[in-house]
Amino acid sequence: MIEVNRERCVGAGMCVLAAPAVFDQSDEDGRVVVLDVSLSPDNLDPVRDAVTLCPSQALSIGGSS
Amino acid sequence: MIESLPTVRCGPFDPPSELGTFRESKPLRRLMFGDGHIGWLITSYDLAKSVLADPRFSARAELQRPEVPPRPRGSTKPGQPEPARPGLFIRMDPPQHTRYRTLLTRHFTVRRMNELESRVERIVDDHLSGMQAVGPPADLVEAFARPVPSLVISELLGVPDTDRHEFQQLLAESFNGEVRTEEEAISLQNRSLNFIGRLIHHKRQQPSEDLLSALIGSGELTDDELEGMTFLLLVAGHETTTHMLTLGTFALLSNPDQLKSLRVGLSSVDNAVEELLRYLTIFHFGITRTALVDVELHDEVITEGECVSISLPAANRDPSEFYGRPGELDLSRKASGHLAFGHGIHQCLGQQLARVQMRVGYAALLRRFPTLRLAVPPEEVLLRDQTIIYGVYRLPVAW
Repeated sequence: MIEVNRERCVGAGMCVLAAPAVFDQSDEDGRVVVLDVSLSPDNLDPVRDAVTLCPSQALSIGGSS
Repeated sequence: MIESLPTVRCGPFDPPSELGTFRESKPLRRLMFGDGHIGWLITSYDLAKSVLADPRFSARAELQRPEVPPRPRGSTKPGQPEPARPGLFIRMDPPQHTRYRTLLTRHFTVRRMNELESRVERIVDDHLSGMQAVGPPADLVEAFARPVPSLVISELLGVPDTDRHEFQQLLAESFNGEVRTEEEAISLQNRSLNFIGRLIHHKRQQPSEDLLSALIGSGELTDDELEGMTFLLLVAGHETTTHMLTLGTFALLSNPDQLKSLRVGLSSVDNAVEELLRYLTIFHFGITRTALVDVELHDEVITEGECVSISLPAANRDPSEFYGRPGELDLSRKASGHLAFGHGIHQCLGQQLARVQMRVGYAALLRRFPTLRLAVPPEEVLLRDQTIIYGVYRLPVAW
């Protein structure tokens, strides 16, 4: 499962670039919106990239950071 | 003996060689800052990312130290730097930083910036047509790389058509890299702030569908804050993109195999943009942060108050992160994860806008000019290597 800390999110959009099928940005505040919290073999690598790229460490997988 | 930051480059694209040596031998080492302060220098990717994401390190203006002796030379301004003026959130910490940044974030999302793509294409095409009409040779800086970002930011902010010319002139003068006396610098800054002040006043009277009107409309910002913020957006978003467009073209022209792979579609433009960002790292003196408390890092203790210089060029060429000869331009490399836009809560707000301008700009330039080449020997391209943003003064090209 993909976990998000929206408070930490600064709206950089790196997650959207890494995994556009999984992440979006809210029109209201530019912060992350998770389109699908479940992990599949298809999105695992892009999501891992997004976790690493996130400038404020707002993303994690399955509870560990 | 404690050294100061090496600044003499090995050619137009390579950072000072000492930075690589430091990274291999001692990626966290003592550094003598431009004002005599003894702080630290970081040259590895992991340490750079770690410190940039660490809230125990501050970005506040009044705590930073100059990495190199400040310009203009001989200026009599000893003593501590002042806190950032209202709106200049790049040099603030949470919660002040958070308040400003949060007001801007929704205006700089991936989607919003992609929506500007057709307008950027129009601006790019206009300038390339202009170049074609005049005929070779052309200075890519003056004909293309300087006006495009200034027009894009002008549209984003909502500068009225009647003021565009004055706006362009001010930006061109502000960022032409000429050495000024302190008086001249202050006069120029005052003229810029004066222009911004008038622009804000105009937008209050006649709001429109632009960023500045939206910020005014939020009711959250004083005029001082609006001025400071607008000034920051201009400074941060204009010169940087200009230099990436120019240097990126120079780098491509200097690496014909890579250029060819891009032209024939073997490398994607998006990938090329990331690799050029990594390879060029125009924020070449790096980023400073100052410890708010004692911090244990990499077998050392950084004492409260000590300043750390984080070398982005060194981090971006770290072989433990970027495999396969990071000192070379390789457009097929996976370059995402580079630190050219920084990391942490201050990571470049305008990065998506920069990406749009670069991918549109490089693609259109190469498409319009299939025989693009340097009009002078590469050694004759004059480097701007003493200012915070690295670039060249002019890039004479022909086709």
